[in-house]
Parts: sequence; C-alpha cells; structure tokens
Amino acid sequence: MNSLWIATIGTSAIAFILKYVGHNVPERFFAHPKVKAINALIPVALLSALVAVQTFTEKSKLMIDHRLAGVGIAIMALLLKAPFPIVVLSAAITSAAVYHWF
Amino acid sequence: MSVSITVGAYGIAFGAASVANGFSVLQSCALSLLTFSGASQFAVVGVLGAGGSAISGIATASLLGVRNGLYGLIMAPRLNVKGIKRVVAAQLTIDESTAVALGQESKGRSAMRQGFWLTGFGVFFFWNLFTLAGALGAQAMGDIRAWGLDSAVPAAFLGLVWPRLSSTRDRVLAIGCVIFALAMTPILPAGLPIIATAFIAIAVGLRA
Repeated sequence: MNSLWIATIGTSAIAFILKYVGHNVPERFFAHPKVKAINALIPVALLSALVAVQTFTEKSKLMIDHRLAGVGIAIMALLLKAPFPIVVLSAAITSAAVYHWF
Repeated sequence: MSVSITVGAYGIAFGAASVANGFSVLQSCALSLLTFSGASQFAVVGVLGAGGSAISGIATASLLGVRNGLYGLIMAPRLNVKGIKRVVAAQLTIDESTAVALGQESKGRSAMRQGFWLTGFGVFFFWNLFTLAGALGAQAMGDIRAWGLDSAVPAAFLGLVWPRLSSTRDRVLAIGCVIFALAMTPILPAGLPIIATAFIAIAVGLRA
C-alpha cells in the first residue's frame, strides 16, 4: 500500500472517529473557552501555511514563479468580495497566462 | 440551491487539486465519500503534494477535523438519534449541515432536524459528484501548470481561510504562519512546516 492510500484511509478513519466521538461525549467536555478559541485558530494557522507552501515552494526550495501572479489575483478577487469560483478561476487563468508567456 | 452551487465549485476544486497533487481519481473520490470534510481533504492532498509523509498529511487533516467533533457535541442532543442513524448523522456533521441546523433552531426542533439532514445529504451528493468531475477534468489536462491548476490550489486554500480572518488577531496569526512555514521549508522535512503552525495557534489561543 503506497503513502497516498495510507493517507486517504488514515485521514478518513480519523475524520469519522472525530465526528462520531463528538456525538457520543457529554457537551461539557470541550466547553472550555480556551478549547473553543484554539479550535477556531487552528484552521487559520494550517490553511495560511498551506497557501504559503503551495505558492512559494517546490520540493523544500523557496521559489517565486507564475503561481505568485495567480495567488495575487486571487487576493485581489477576495478583496473585491468575489465568490469562490471566480477567485479560483481568475487565479488559474492568470497563472496559466504567465506560465505560457514568460 | 446557492449552497449546492458553492459546494459544487469547491468539489470541482478539490477533485482537481487532489489529482494535481498526485492522488488518483479513485483516491480523490474515496476521500470525498469517506472523509467528507473539505478543509481536511484539501490539507491532506496539499501536504502530500508538497512532498510530506502520509503521517504529517493525516495529522494536519485530523487537526482540521477536530472542528467536526465539536459540531457533533452540539448536534447530538438536538438530533437525539441512536445506532446506525447516529453513525450517518456523525458522517454528515460538517460546517454546512451544522450551520443550517443552528440557523433553523428558532423555528423549532423539527425544522432544525430537517435543516441538518437535508443540508447534510444534499452537500454529500453534490460534493461527491463534483469531486469526480474535478478529478476527471484534471486527469484529462495533463500538464497542470499549463492550465493554472498549480495556482488554483493555493487560491482555493485562500478562499477557505479568507472568511476566517475576521479579527486583527486572526490576520496577524495568518501572516505569522505564512512567514514561519516559508522560513522552515528549507530546514524541516516537507509537511512539518505546515503542521508546526498548529502549535502557534495553540499558543495564541492559550494566551487569549
């Protein structure tokens, strides 16, 4: 079994266990405000790091290329309150154009 | 309806991102059927695509999945189901179903339950359908850079995180994590710079 299947099955198993455990433990278990605060902050941290790594790195090397143009346009689209499909499409089109022409 | 279109767009983005990061169409669909949690799915394909190990991919995805467990805590007493129905309810416990259910709470318990089940099943259907479409589309593309898919992936992450940057603290944390992850990329094994930012989030949360 390769690492992609291990990741697929492992992620799925733990995702379900987390959901199911939530349905089976008393609510007061996680009612602490700090637990709630951390739970809200973890997605901000992980997703921001993923944006950075997917934009500026390639195989453990830092790199600036056509992806920065795409993500830059995505930021502008988000600032203009564009819906999600426009954000992703504008990034893809910009990035592909820069990749072809430079 | 608008929820369905949005979910469809995210589903296409996920299917395409998954294939762009080296997962097969079958693996992409398995993730959408079995994991069924957008942020976790994007994270695991993102970490493995960046060269991370299966363990760091699973760990990153699972940290994002803790959220669903907390939704389960809120929904369990409101749904009050047992046995196989509870298993199904757990699998359908995600951002959208919980948000719609809680939004209907003022209209009474049955409206709330209806909101949960309808949204849960609806999102499940569209998410899986469009994952397949996105994965097949990306597979047909060949060189993902020529189609801009290597930018669509971080743009999709950005679209996921953007609505969460409501306070100054959130924005400072986001920028801090960007700088940290990039600074650590040449030093740490792939995947670890991402998951390590969870500790920054915990430190910030404990101080709050």
